[in-house]
Amino acid sequence: MDSQTVAAQTANTGHIEHGEHPPFLRHHFENVPQQREAATFGMWLFLLTEIMFFGGLFCAYLIFRNWYYPAFVAGSHSLHLWAGTLNTTLLIISSFTMAMAVHASETRVRKALIGWMIATIILGLGFLCVKAYEWHDEWVEHHVPGLNFSPQGFLHGTKDYPDDKLQLDMAEKTQVYFSLYFAMTGMHALHMVIGVSLLAILLFGAYNGKYVNGHVAPIENFGLYWHFVDIVWIFLFPLLYLISRHQ
Amino acid sequence: MSTIVTLPDQSTATLPKVSYLNKEYGLKSWLLTGDHKRIAMLYLISITFFFFIGGAMAGLIRLELLTPPSDLLAADTYNKVFTAHGIVMVFLFLVPSVPATIGNFLIPIMVGAKDLAFPKINLLSWYLYVAAGIMLLAALVSGGVDTGWTFTTPLSTHYLNTHVITAGLAVFIAGFSSIFTGLNFIVTIHRMRAPGMTWFRLPLFVWSHYAASILMVLGTPVLAITLVLVVLERTIGIGVFDPTKGGDPLLFQHLFWFYSHPAVYIMILPGMGVISEVMSTFSRKRVFGYTAVAFSSVAIAVFGFFVWAHHMFVMGISNYSALVFSLLTMLVAVPSAIKIFNWSATLYKGSITFETPMLYAFGFIGLFTIGGLTGVFLGTLGMDIHLTETYFIVAHFHFVMVGGMLMAYLSGVHFWWPKMTGRMYPEGVSKLAAVITFVGFVLTFFPQFVLGYLGMPRRYAAYPPEFQVLNVFSSAGASVLGVGYLLPLLYLTWSLKYGKIAGPNPWQATGLEWQIQSPPLTENFAETPIVTHEAYDYEWLESQKPSEVPTVG
Amino acid sequence: MEQHQEQHEHGLHLPHGPSEPTHHEEHIVSPKIYLIIGSTLLFCTALTVVASLIDLPGNLNVIVALAIACLKMTLVVLFFMHVKYSSGLTKLTVGAGFLTFVVLLMMTMTDYVSRAWGRW
Repeated sequence: MDSQTVAAQTANTGHIEHGEHPPFLRHHFENVPQQREAATFGMWLFLLTEIMFFGGLFCAYLIFRNWYYPAFVAGSHSLHLWAGTLNTTLLIISSFTMAMAVHASETRVRKALIGWMIATIILGLGFLCVKAYEWHDEWVEHHVPGLNFSPQGFLHGTKDYPDDKLQLDMAEKTQVYFSLYFAMTGMHALHMVIGVSLLAILLFGAYNGKYVNGHVAPIENFGLYWHFVDIVWIFLFPLLYLISRHQ
Repeated sequence: MSTIVTLPDQSTATLPKVSYLNKEYGLKSWLLTGDHKRIAMLYLISITFFFFIGGAMAGLIRLELLTPPSDLLAADTYNKVFTAHGIVMVFLFLVPSVPATIGNFLIPIMVGAKDLAFPKINLLSWYLYVAAGIMLLAALVSGGVDTGWTFTTPLSTHYLNTHVITAGLAVFIAGFSSIFTGLNFIVTIHRMRAPGMTWFRLPLFVWSHYAASILMVLGTPVLAITLVLVVLERTIGIGVFDPTKGGDPLLFQHLFWFYSHPAVYIMILPGMGVISEVMSTFSRKRVFGYTAVAFSSVAIAVFGFFVWAHHMFVMGISNYSALVFSLLTMLVAVPSAIKIFNWSATLYKGSITFETPMLYAFGFIGLFTIGGLTGVFLGTLGMDIHLTETYFIVAHFHFVMVGGMLMAYLSGVHFWWPKMTGRMYPEGVSKLAAVITFVGFVLTFFPQFVLGYLGMPRRYAAYPPEFQVLNVFSSAGASVLGVGYLLPLLYLTWSLKYGKIAGPNPWQATGLEWQIQSPPLTENFAETPIVTHEAYDYEWLESQKPSEVPTVG
Repeated sequence: MEQHQEQHEHGLHLPHGPSEPTHHEEHIVSPKIYLIIGSTLLFCTALTVVASLIDLPGNLNVIVALAIACLKMTLVVLFFMHVKYSSGLTKLTVGAGFLTFVVLLMMTMTDYVSRAWGRW
């Protein structure tokens, strides 16, 4: 074919017909592996932006924990260890179920894919319920910065931690701890909500048979996002809940 | 080895029957397009719109500064005007200027692909930009924001009742527009190069955009979280930047400048890419030291992450860390200097012609060098104490951003105008505009170096009378500069209908984009190119015959 | 640009190009590995809670907690996120992100750590 015929064909059809062409292959990619690798690379780059997004909060945490260590200890003690541990467990299991969902998509088993995705959604919602309970508790105890914060509870030590008695100026610094607590867990919870919503949309597509025909990329890349959100929690848990619990 | 190529007779060039411009008609085909070239055109129009808004703000500033007292604008209003100027020019003009218009248009073509990796995300990027612009306009119209484009705390969080939240969220959204553009470029450059297009055959324009994209992806999110924290501080009073609650206002600056310093490299690197292409084409010679220029782009990106606190030397950081950042700042100047040397060496024994893009490029070399050198002065701790927060800083960054980046942008727009539209701009009036811009620029901003050294503070509506003469020079220059920027708007628009037909390669340049029709097909290439020649290979170009360029119609 | 006639004759088969897929993504990780890694992660969680309840000398509590968290992160990244089986580009990308995060923390800390050292 010389360029004239090529050009004419291009003008008529807009592209050149070639071999197999799965319906999910976009026209600017040459083949499915290239599209899949590009999509995964793109998702990893997006996760890099998420690392730096949370990174700013971790940076702030590092600084203020050094400045106001006693306040951070007292603040950490007021969190429920069981809730944090339960949440960590739920998320780890949900990462497992998400990895299994990707496996089901790769091995093209529709029922398994749907099952694992539903499991992941349930675990994610479970996490959010526990978080909501914790936040409600913090609201009741006047630990929400800016809105109803009061350092009164930290002036006198608690039943479990009688040494958590702080001077007024350090007790007031617990507001910084809670600012970071709510900013970090809030941002994390927002990512969980977005994740669960996206997973529900993907579930709908999976129900209609979309991701068991070789089009693994959406499930796979959502999985990357989900695991990343899990990793953020893996660090939030010890940093927020496990400060000097041995006292 | 001859570097002189006879230009073909462009008078026989005809517009192709089918191109990306006339493939589909109607507003929906433009607003819902996935075609990177159409998105680039959408960006071109919106960026130009915001440029002139930012320019109007600049006009107000220079008008006020004609006289010492704050007589045209009240001090608060003046603060709002320079804030608007800064936010619009930085976030809505400079950051997206070359990448979103010229980069979006050319990167796929330069690597030999049919489109960017993620066309829908590219379109989303434009919509985010427009949303950010509208939101910022809303903030301005409903009363403005007067924090300065730097949103410094605790002023922005505790002492102002202006529309900081709206403006902050607008910048947040614009940041994501930038992130998605960068993400798209990185994936495209890594994964969609045509057969034979190895890394070291890529045009240097692609290398600069790659480096800038890394900065966009890694730096912008930190700005995003910082703005979120400012919004939270203003709304519910969380206290991370509030000294009375134990917070540190300087933390804001660390996080803000962690992005905003790399941001200046996000702004300048694509412009440097343009200069590489223009220098080579109009000296008819390959860029001297290709590898050095390519690696220096990446080096600027990497080093750029280590120097941010040089914006904070007098703000209260420790002297020890100031020392570290100052030393690193000296280091980051080196890769930029390497580029200037290489471009100059490209000119040596080249066959130089003075088309409009080349005029802008010459302006860039001179003005960016001056701006960059003054940056070294500012990086020196002792000098910075005297010069910071004065007009010296204002002059420094306008030299690099306007004398450098804006000139590079205009150079690129003129250079690739024939490719994007199929039409030539009128050479006579464009050369005149370039010269007017240069003269206007020097007249506007050189006096500001002197003003700064003499002690005139920045961001003040009123100043002592002894500074008036230099301010009048500066304002006079600004009016000349305004003419210089209005002219391209007029003649480029004119050229869309009345410009000479360009043909595929009016500049006889190398590069894949010049081997296809002007304007290009929607899918860029009739079939995937196989690349066998090096970048800037003028000998290969000589062996090409015009009839091999596939043109439809 | 050269024209390759054989391209159009028998389907899409481009000559080997620099952006050719690496085919790393097509390696399927077995559920057994996921189970092992998942159990290890749960064990590490229990370990970190127990360790936090024990009084360790000096700063060891925080070091142990962060070390365990880093281990968990590494397992999730390498196995659940398939980085162990991915191309060099993916590994480089992950490294670059991590490195930039560290730069943010370390360079900011140069200021906070040295403020108490006084003027000079």
